[in-house]
Amino acid sequence: MSMRAKTNSVTSVVTDEHPTVLSVRQLDISVRTEAGILPLVQSLNFDLKRGETLAIAGESGSGKSLTSLAIMGLLPPPAVHVAGGQIIFDDFDLTKLPESKMQRLRGDRIAMIFQEPMTALNPVMRIGDQLTEAIRAHEPMSGRAARIRALEALKAVRLTEPERRLKQFPHELSGGMRQRVVIAMAIALRPDVMIADEPTTALDVTVQREVLDLLRILTTEMGMALILITHDMGVVAEMADRVLIMQKGQLVEEADVRTLFAAPQMPYTRKLLSSVPRMGKGRQSTVDTSMQPLISVRDLQVTYDLRGGILDRVQARVHAVEKINFDIFSGETFAVVGESGCGKSTVARALTGLVPHKGIIKFEGQPILRDRASQLANTRVMQMVFQDPMAALNGRMTVGDLVREPLVIHNIGTPQSRTDRAAELFERVGLGAEVLDRYPHEFSGGQRQRICIARALALNPKLIIADESVSALDVSVQATVLELLQELKAELNMSYLFISHDMAVVENFADRVAVMYLGQIVETGSSAQVFGNPQHQYTRRLIAAAPFPDPDRVFLPREDSEDDLRSPIMAKGQTPKRLKYCSIDEGHLVAI
Amino acid sequence: MFAFVVKRLIQSVFILLGVSFITFALLYLLPADPVRQIAGRSATAETVANIRAQLGLDKPFIVQYARYFGNLVQGDLGRSYLQKTEVSTLIASRLPASLLLMLGAIVCELVLGITMGVVAALRRGTVTDNSLMMASFIGVSAPQFVVGLLMLYVFAVQLRWFPIGGYGTFAHMVLPSITLGILGSGWYSRMMRSSMIDVLRQDFIRTARAKGLGRMRVLMRHALPNAVLPIIAMIGIDVGIFMGGIVVVESVFGWPGIGQLAWQAIQRVDIPIIMGVTLVSACAIVIGNLVADIASLFADPRIKVR
Repeated sequence: MSMRAKTNSVTSVVTDEHPTVLSVRQLDISVRTEAGILPLVQSLNFDLKRGETLAIAGESGSGKSLTSLAIMGLLPPPAVHVAGGQIIFDDFDLTKLPESKMQRLRGDRIAMIFQEPMTALNPVMRIGDQLTEAIRAHEPMSGRAARIRALEALKAVRLTEPERRLKQFPHELSGGMRQRVVIAMAIALRPDVMIADEPTTALDVTVQREVLDLLRILTTEMGMALILITHDMGVVAEMADRVLIMQKGQLVEEADVRTLFAAPQMPYTRKLLSSVPRMGKGRQSTVDTSMQPLISVRDLQVTYDLRGGILDRVQARVHAVEKINFDIFSGETFAVVGESGCGKSTVARALTGLVPHKGIIKFEGQPILRDRASQLANTRVMQMVFQDPMAALNGRMTVGDLVREPLVIHNIGTPQSRTDRAAELFERVGLGAEVLDRYPHEFSGGQRQRICIARALALNPKLIIADESVSALDVSVQATVLELLQELKAELNMSYLFISHDMAVVENFADRVAVMYLGQIVETGSSAQVFGNPQHQYTRRLIAAAPFPDPDRVFLPREDSEDDLRSPIMAKGQTPKRLKYCSIDEGHLVAI
Repeated sequence: MFAFVVKRLIQSVFILLGVSFITFALLYLLPADPVRQIAGRSATAETVANIRAQLGLDKPFIVQYARYFGNLVQGDLGRSYLQKTEVSTLIASRLPASLLLMLGAIVCELVLGITMGVVAALRRGTVTDNSLMMASFIGVSAPQFVVGLLMLYVFAVQLRWFPIGGYGTFAHMVLPSITLGILGSGWYSRMMRSSMIDVLRQDFIRTARAKGLGRMRVLMRHALPNAVLPIIAMIGIDVGIFMGGIVVVESVFGWPGIGQLAWQAIQRVDIPIIMGVTLVSACAIVIGNLVADIASLFADPRIKVR
C-alpha cells in the first residue's frame, strides 16, 4: 500500500506515455435564478493525464461537484448550465456534444461514482440487472455474456460471494458493499476517466479505508484517470497525485500533492489545512474523577423486539446497547466513538428518555425515574444537539421562538425575560440578537448549528449531549464550532457527552473516551490512554483506518476484518456474551 | 407470507363482524318501517302486526341481531322481504357485472392517471402540466352522476359511439367504466405527478443516466417502477370508493350490478338485501386491500412481511 502509483505518475506527467485525456478550459457554470444569472464556477482550467489521480478539494459551495457533473453532462436542468468554456475529451468538446453522443460516452468512456451508496442504486431492481443493463447499453451482447462481464466486475471490486450478489436487491447489502457495486458498474467497461464524487464520505471509517484501497488498486490496474472530488484533506493526501483547491467556484491553488501539503501557497489552502483535525497521541485530561460523577450509568440496556408469525410473538431482538457502564464527571467531555450501528446514538436517546431502556441512570447520585415529571425535570439538566441542524430546527418558527421554546415549555420567566435570555444566548454563540426574527433557512449550516447550541443552552443544562454535532459541517466551520463548545464548557461548567465517528475530532476534543462496538464498550480510558496506547484490536483498526493529512505516511498492511458480518440481532432467549474487562492503567479498561 | 395472509384473514373476520353489527344497528334505528313497505298503505293494523311477527321484527334488537348473526355464520344471508328470493342468489347473479365494471374502472383510472401524472411530471411547470392538473382537478371534483349523464349525452346520444345503457358487450362497458374511473384517475394523476417528481430527483436516476442509458429506458425501467409504488397500495382503498360509486353509476347506465340492487333495496327498506350488499362490499374492500398489499410485496422487495 505504501508504494503507490503516484510516485510514478507525478514524475512522468510530462512524458508522452501520459498524454492528456481530458482538458477543461475556461469553464463557466451558471444558474438562472429570479435574481438573474449567478456564476457557480468561473473560468476553471485543468488537465487530466492518463493514469493519474487528480483531487478536486474544497468546502461546500466550492463548485467541485458541479464541475464533475458538467464533465458528465448531468448538470441539473434547466436552471444550471455551462455558460462558457470547453471540456475537451477525445477531440470532442463535451459542452457542445449532442445528448445522443454524450450518452454513448457516459458510462463507457467516462464513468462516475457518487457519494451516497444507500440511494445510488435502484431499490426495486436486482444488482445483476443493474450491472448488465449498464454493460449492454454500450456493448451489444447476449444477457449471458453480459452476466459474465458483470460477475468479472464484481470480482474486480473484491465483493464477497459475487454470484449471490447478482440476484440480490440493494437493500440486502451494506453501505460499503453497495459502494463496491457502484464502482463495479463504473469499471465494468474499463473507462478512460472515472469521476468519484465524495465516494467515501457516507461510509464508516473502516469501510472508507477498504474502498480507498480498492480505488487505488483499480486505477493502477486499469490505468484509469481518476478525478476525486472530496472535502477531506486526509483522503486527498492518501489518494491524489495532483490537487486542485477550489473555493466559491474558483480555482485557488493547483499543485502536486506533496508540494501542496509541504508548502501551501495560498492563504485559503493554509487555512483549510490547519482546520483539519490531526491525530496525535491524545490529550491529557485535567478532570477530577475522584468526586461524585455527574452522570452515572450502570447496566444500561436497550433492545428492540422483532416480531413475527401469526401471533406476532417476539422472534428476535436487536441488542442495540448491551449492559454498559460509564460515568461522566463534572466539567468533562466524555466521548463515545464507534461506527454506524454500534449503539452510540442509542445511548444518547436512552439518557434523555427518548427510548425505553433498562438499567440505572443516576444524575448527581439520584436515580432518574421513569415517570413523566422526572423525565421533564431531566430535560432541564440534559439537552441534545443533533447532527443535521436543518432537520433539527422547525422551519416555520423564527429562530428566536425556537430558542425561547424550552423556556416556555418549562414555564420559566416572562415573555420579556425569555426574549432577553434568547438575545443573550445569541450573542454568546456569536450570532447577534438582531437575527432573532429570522427563519432557519436564512442561515448557513454552521450558523444553524450555533442556533441549536443556543437552544440547548437555554435551560442552563449541566450536560449537553452532542450527537455527531459537527459531522455535517465543513472543516473550517467544524473547527470554529468545536472552539465554541470548548469555550462554553469552561464558562458554564458543563459536561459533554460527545458522540462521534470521527477519531481525529474525538482525540482533540475529549477528556475521556469509550469505544463502542456492537452495543458494548470495548475500550475506555482517558484520551491519552486510548489514543496513545490503544489496546483493543477494534480501537487499533479505527485509528489505523482514519485518513491522515500527510502524503508521506506509510500504510501498514491492513488486518483483514472477518467480523464485518456480525450483527446485534440475536434470536429470542439468546443474549450477547457480556464482555469482561482488564485494567491496563488507572481508568484504562480493555475488553478481553 | 403465509402467516401474513392468515393473520390478515383473521383480522378481516373481526372487521366483518363490526360492519355487520353497525349496519344492523343503523337499519334498526332507521325511522322507515320495512313492514309498511311490504304490507302496503291499505293494510290493517292486524296484517301489519302479523307480518312484523312473521319476520321477527317485533323482537328486541339484540335477539334480532343474534338471529341474523346465527344465520350469517352458516352462510345464510336471509331472504328479501319483497322479492321473496334468497339474498345470496340475488347478489350472486349481480356480482359478476359489478366486478367487471370495477375492473374496467381500475384499468381506466390507472392508465389515465399514470399517463397524465407522468407527462405532467416530465413537463413540470409548463402549460401541459397546468392543463393536465386542471383536468385532474375537474375529474376529482365533478359529481359522478353529472359525468355519467354528460358522457351519455355526448358519446351515446350525439355521437352514437356507444350504447345508451345496458350490459353485454365491451362497448356497453366503456362509458360506465370511464365514469367510475375518472374520479380515481384525478387522484392518481396528482399522486403520480408528485411521486414521479420525487423519484426523478433520486440519486439512482442520476446513476442510471451516468451509466449512459437513454431517457426512455431511465424512465421506464428506473423511474416508473419506483414511482408507482405508493399508487399500488391505494388501489385497495379504491375498491371502497368504487362501492359508493357503483350505486350511482349503475343507476345512470342501467348496469345490472349490486349497486342497482342496493339502490332499489334502500328505497324499499329491504333490510336483508341492504345487509347482504353491505357485507359483500366489506368483503370486497378487505380482499381488495389484501391483494393490493400482496402486490406491493412483489413490486417492492424492501417490504418484509411479519
